[in-house]
Amino acid sequence: MGPNVHLQPRVRHGRAYDFAVAAQLLPEDATSCSVEVADLVKRYPKAQVNAVDGVSFAVRAGEVFGLLGPNGAGKTTTVGMLTTRVRPTAGIARIGGVDVLQDPVAARQQLAVVPQRSNLDRSISIRDNLTFHAAYHGVPAREREERADELLDQFGLLDRAKDKPDFFSGGQSQRVMIARALMHAPRVLFLDEPTTGLDPAARLFVWDRLRELRDSDVTLILTTHDMDEAALLAGRVAIMDHGKLLALDTPDALIDSLEGEGTLELAADLPADGQVVDALAELAGVERVEPVHAAANGDAPDAREPQAFRVRLYLTGDAALLVAPAAAVLAEHGLALQDVKLGAPTLEDVFIHLTGRSLR
Amino acid sequence: MVLWRDVYVTWKELPAFLAQVLLQPFFLLFVFGKVLGSLGLTRPGYAELLFPGLLALTAVITAIQTLAFPLVAEFGWTREIEDRLLAPMPTSYVTAEKILFALMRSLVATLIMIPVGILVLGSIPWRWSGFPLFLAGLVLGALVGAGFGLIMGTFVQPQRISLVFSLVFTPLLFTGCSQYPWPSLDQLRWFQIVTACNPMTYVSEALRGALVPEVPHIRPWVCIVVLVFSVTVLISLGLRGFYRRAID
Repeated sequence: MGPNVHLQPRVRHGRAYDFAVAAQLLPEDATSCSVEVADLVKRYPKAQVNAVDGVSFAVRAGEVFGLLGPNGAGKTTTVGMLTTRVRPTAGIARIGGVDVLQDPVAARQQLAVVPQRSNLDRSISIRDNLTFHAAYHGVPAREREERADELLDQFGLLDRAKDKPDFFSGGQSQRVMIARALMHAPRVLFLDEPTTGLDPAARLFVWDRLRELRDSDVTLILTTHDMDEAALLAGRVAIMDHGKLLALDTPDALIDSLEGEGTLELAADLPADGQVVDALAELAGVERVEPVHAAANGDAPDAREPQAFRVRLYLTGDAALLVAPAAAVLAEHGLALQDVKLGAPTLEDVFIHLTGRSLR
Repeated sequence: MVLWRDVYVTWKELPAFLAQVLLQPFFLLFVFGKVLGSLGLTRPGYAELLFPGLLALTAVITAIQTLAFPLVAEFGWTREIEDRLLAPMPTSYVTAEKILFALMRSLVATLIMIPVGILVLGSIPWRWSGFPLFLAGLVLGALVGAGFGLIMGTFVQPQRISLVFSLVFTPLLFTGCSQYPWPSLDQLRWFQIVTACNPMTYVSEALRGALVPEVPHIRPWVCIVVLVFSVTVLISLGLRGFYRRAID
């Protein structure tokens, strides 16, 4: 893959995403970027397809950048290449202007990683986890002691500083890992699914800490399949699927690109044909109708059970006004309405629009 | 600093470390050197020839144990090593540290075996003039073990490690000439050939050459050459395994 390959939106449903808008958001001055990726490709040995297939983007210093996509979209591999643990097949990846392939040591000095699953050192205490991490990064002894106390306090871990991480819950481990990552004052912090599997309270705590970080000048790269998390924290979001970048913009701009004011999701008891969809699309105020498939990760739906009818209507007006007419259309086609959801479009709708499938 | 982490963990778990590395050679020494000797089931002088062999065994096995199981765990399920692989230093430093650490633990364990030997046997064979060969044999033996440990720790699937351990460990233990001198095996030609394939044999023989030269043994220079060759092959294979696990 040569350096001249440009971003090509691959859109299977609906309107093509406007990349000119996204391009304007990229900083022109490369030195202000803390992360740059150009035409990045990874093909694992013996794999049939590229895990990451020509991805390009740039992240400004201090930005919170969300990488969004279902499992297997290539997010983790992309982050793996940026964090020097996966060797790119082609393309360029830079952290703070340092090429990760040419100078992995200098790149590692600037970055920190919070993985999805705990990789804390179980042989030593929480506090030792923090101080050893800092020592590996060359932080002087006195400074690392001070920072450890500071961060343990900030993350509510002071009373457990001497415990080993063995019996920590997911939320506690996550807090320790974020604190550990901050010990060497990284310029770029990578977080892989930071709140997946956490209980609501732990999740809110992590979100609060991440928001605080956003206000300092640490660059955050967040991979997630949680749309709410991305919308809440990220300044810009890149949507990935099948190793490619489908869209990149602020959450608001991505949602605005759907050109609808409301959504109406309908579910009926039986499968239905295209006639129903056409009839719904003809209703006044309906911009677009998209079928919603349950399969989140590309796995085939259960073949034995016919899929019940589920569509999402994108509307120009108020969703509530369309419930009755839509129900009437379903009834005309012999379907009984089972579920109705009203809403404003979300990032998830953008994802469905771009990929034709739901994330969950 | 990375080395300090491993030393720190070992220090905090010192009794476990001692039990892990000393129990086996201690019992071998006690049963074969003391008990069988007292019962008159072994010839006088057997303990003298057994002792260098058990030092060789301790050197090799300790180095294997230092790396194999911990590496399988660190790469496989605890992922503890990730924090060190993401530290701003070349990956080769992390591997060099592992080898150095295995060498250190191996030397400490063997040195502890000396007072243990004096306690169990009353006296041990010792020649200061054989010390350079003794030290060379120990260091090379530890490096052979480190090579085996790296290979087992990085090529073996976590779910297979127990099986591989029993399949590799036991034969390695008993074909390494630690309990018998190699030249005496010419009665049992096929077994002599089998043992000649185990690098540990040359560690045992080198240490016998250093401590009990009156017992027939393989010539020291042959031992050193074979060991240097084995170390080169095993360590480079082990490094390849380590890099494969460290970087995708």
